[in-house]
Amino acid sequence: MNIIVCIKQVPDTTKVKIDPETNTLVREGVESIINPFDIYALEEAIRLKEKIGGNVTVLTMGPPQAAEVLREAIAMGADDVYLLSDKAFAGADTLATSYTLSKGIEKVGQFDLIICGKQTMDGDTAQVGPEIAQKLGIPVVTYVSKIEDIENGQIKLKRMVEDGYEVIETETPLLMTVIKEINEPRVPSLRGIMKAKKIEIPIWDASDIGAEGEKIGLSGSPTQVVRIFAPEVSKEGEILEGEPTEIAEKLILKLKKGKVI
Amino acid sequence: MDYFLTEEQQMIKDLAKKIANEKVIPVRARLDEEEEFPWAIMKDLAQADLLGLYIPEEYGGVDFGCFETILVVEELSRACCGVSVSYAASALGAYPILLFGSEEQKKKYLPDIASGKKLGAFGLTEANAGSDASAIQTRAEKDGDFYILNGTKQWITNGGEAEIYTIIAMTNKDKGSRGATAFIVEKGTPGFSFGKKEKKLGIRCSTTRELIFENCRIPKENILGKEGMGFIVAMRTLDMTRPGIGAQGVGVAQGAFDAALDYSCQRIQFDQPISSFQIIQHMLADMAIQIEAARALVYATAKMIDGGAKNFSKESAMAKTFASDMAMEVTINAVQVMGGCGYMREYPVEKMMRDAKIIQIYEGTNQVQRNVIALQLIKENMGKK
Repeated sequence: MNIIVCIKQVPDTTKVKIDPETNTLVREGVESIINPFDIYALEEAIRLKEKIGGNVTVLTMGPPQAAEVLREAIAMGADDVYLLSDKAFAGADTLATSYTLSKGIEKVGQFDLIICGKQTMDGDTAQVGPEIAQKLGIPVVTYVSKIEDIENGQIKLKRMVEDGYEVIETETPLLMTVIKEINEPRVPSLRGIMKAKKIEIPIWDASDIGAEGEKIGLSGSPTQVVRIFAPEVSKEGEILEGEPTEIAEKLILKLKKGKVI
Repeated sequence: MDYFLTEEQQMIKDLAKKIANEKVIPVRARLDEEEEFPWAIMKDLAQADLLGLYIPEEYGGVDFGCFETILVVEELSRACCGVSVSYAASALGAYPILLFGSEEQKKKYLPDIASGKKLGAFGLTEANAGSDASAIQTRAEKDGDFYILNGTKQWITNGGEAEIYTIIAMTNKDKGSRGATAFIVEKGTPGFSFGKKEKKLGIRCSTTRELIFENCRIPKENILGKEGMGFIVAMRTLDMTRPGIGAQGVGVAQGAFDAALDYSCQRIQFDQPISSFQIIQHMLADMAIQIEAARALVYATAKMIDGGAKNFSKESAMAKTFASDMAMEVTINAVQVMGGCGYMREYPVEKMMRDAKIIQIYEGTNQVQRNVIALQLIKENMGKK
C-alpha cells in the first residue's frame, strides 16, 4: 500500500509570545516543530505499513529549513520524503497550499491513501486536507479516530462527530484527516535519526511539479492575512452576590435584559 | 559545562531527554505511588534502539559504548531513577554475556535484549552474601551435561520481569571465590521461580524480587566463560556498569537541583524570591558545583573504559561512590530549599531524595567501594618501589 502523508513545520505555539506593540507573533528564538496533529498522521501511516506492508512518502511545503521536519519523519520510519520549496510558493493561503501539495502528490504518482492531521496549530483552518482531496478528485473523511478495516480497496473508518462517532465505509484511494485519539505516536529510533541526519532531502520547485504560476503562493491566494492580534482582554465584569438562588435570579434578569436569552 | 559531545552522542542524549520529558515525567509519580513496573517506557526505549545501545551491530545493537550508555542513564535518572535502574539492570544482565559469552551465547541472547523483546537481570546477592559476595550459598552441582541449581538470590532488580538472567552459583565450595560459576538462566526453566515483590523506600516502580532455584537443571552450554570464573565475571561486569550507577547519581541530583532552582526563583518570602537570599544562593551554588564535579568524574571514567583501559576498578568505584554520596546530599538540600513543598509528594524532590539513597547501597555499598579504592591505591604504591 502506498501512503502519502502531508505535514507542516509550525512554530511551537506553546512557546510563542505575541508582541504587545505590533500584535504579531514573536518568532525569534522559537523552536520549529512538526505540526502535532501531523505526527498522528505519520504514526498511523507507519503503523499501516508495518501491518500490511507498503511505502510511506511524506511531503511538506515550506522554506528550505522545513527539511528538518522531513528528517524527523525519516527518523520515525518514513521511506521517502520531498520538500516542495520555491520562493513563488510564499504567501500561500489554504487554496494555494492545497493546490501545490496536490501537484506534488501527482508527481509522486501512485497512492492508495493520503493522511493529514486534522488541522495545523498555527493556521487552525482544517481546510488543506479536504481541499487536496477535492483537487485530486478523491473522497475525503475528516476527524478519523480509527481505521477499523482496510482490505482490497475497501476501507472502514470511524470518525468523530459533534455528538459521537460515525462509521464510514468507502473505497481507496482516499484522503483522511486524523485526530489525536487515533494513536500514541512512537519516539523516533536512534537508527532512524542517524539515517535521517545523512540523507539528502529532494527539493521540488514549482516547475518540478508543473504548478501554474497564478495558482501558487500569494497570487494563487484569494485570502490574505491582514493583521494578527491578540484579542483585547476585557476587564469589565460583574460579580453577583448573595445566596445561590438569589444570584441565579439576578443573572436570569440580566441575561433577559441584555437579550441574551 | 560543555563536554563537546560528538554529533551522535548529542543525538543520543537528546533522544533520551525526549523520552524522559515526554514519557517518564508525566507518569513518574503514579508509577512510584502504584509501584508499577514501567513496561510502556521500556517499550519506548526499545523502539528508540536504546536498549541495544551498547550491544554490537552483529548482535542487533547499535554499537556504542559505556559513555553513550551513561548519557542515557543520566537523562532517565533526571526524570526517574526507578525507570533508569530498570534500564540499567537489563544492561547488567547483558554485560556478562557480552564480555564472557561464547559466539553462540551472544547470538542466542543478545539480539532479544537489544531489541527490547526480553529484559536482562543479574543475580549475585543473597540473604547472607551482600558485601561479602564470596559467601554465596546457591549451589550448582554437575550432573552429566547439566548443572543442578539450588538456592535463593535476593533483591534482584528486574526479577520476574526479565527473561534472561546471569546467575552466580558455587560449583565448588572448597575453592572459595574460585569455586563460583556464572550461568545464563532463562525465565520459564523448570525449577526457577520468583519470590515476593519487595516494598522499597525509593525506586518503587522498579521490580525487586527473590529468584528461587529448586533442582533447576541448566545445560552446561549456559556457563559463561569457564567453571570457576564466576567471580571474575561478576567483578568485571560490575566494574563496567558502576559508572552507570554514578550516572544515576548525577541525573537524579540534576533533576532535584533543577526543581529547587526553579522553585527558589518563584517562591516569594519577605517580598522577594528566596533565590535573592545569600543562604539559598550558596546552597544552590554548592549543589551545582557538586553535580558538575561528579559528572566530570563519571564521564572521565566512562571514557577511560571506552578507551580500552585494562583495569578500571578503582576509577569505577570512585565514580560510583562520589556521585552517589553527592546525589544524597544534593537531593536532601533540594528538599530543604523547597521547604514544606519539597516534603510534599505533589512535588518531585521528595521522591528523588528517597530514590537517591539506594545509589549509595547497590552495586557495592560505598563502604566496600572505598575498600576497593584503598586496596588499589596501596597496590599501586607497592608497585612503585
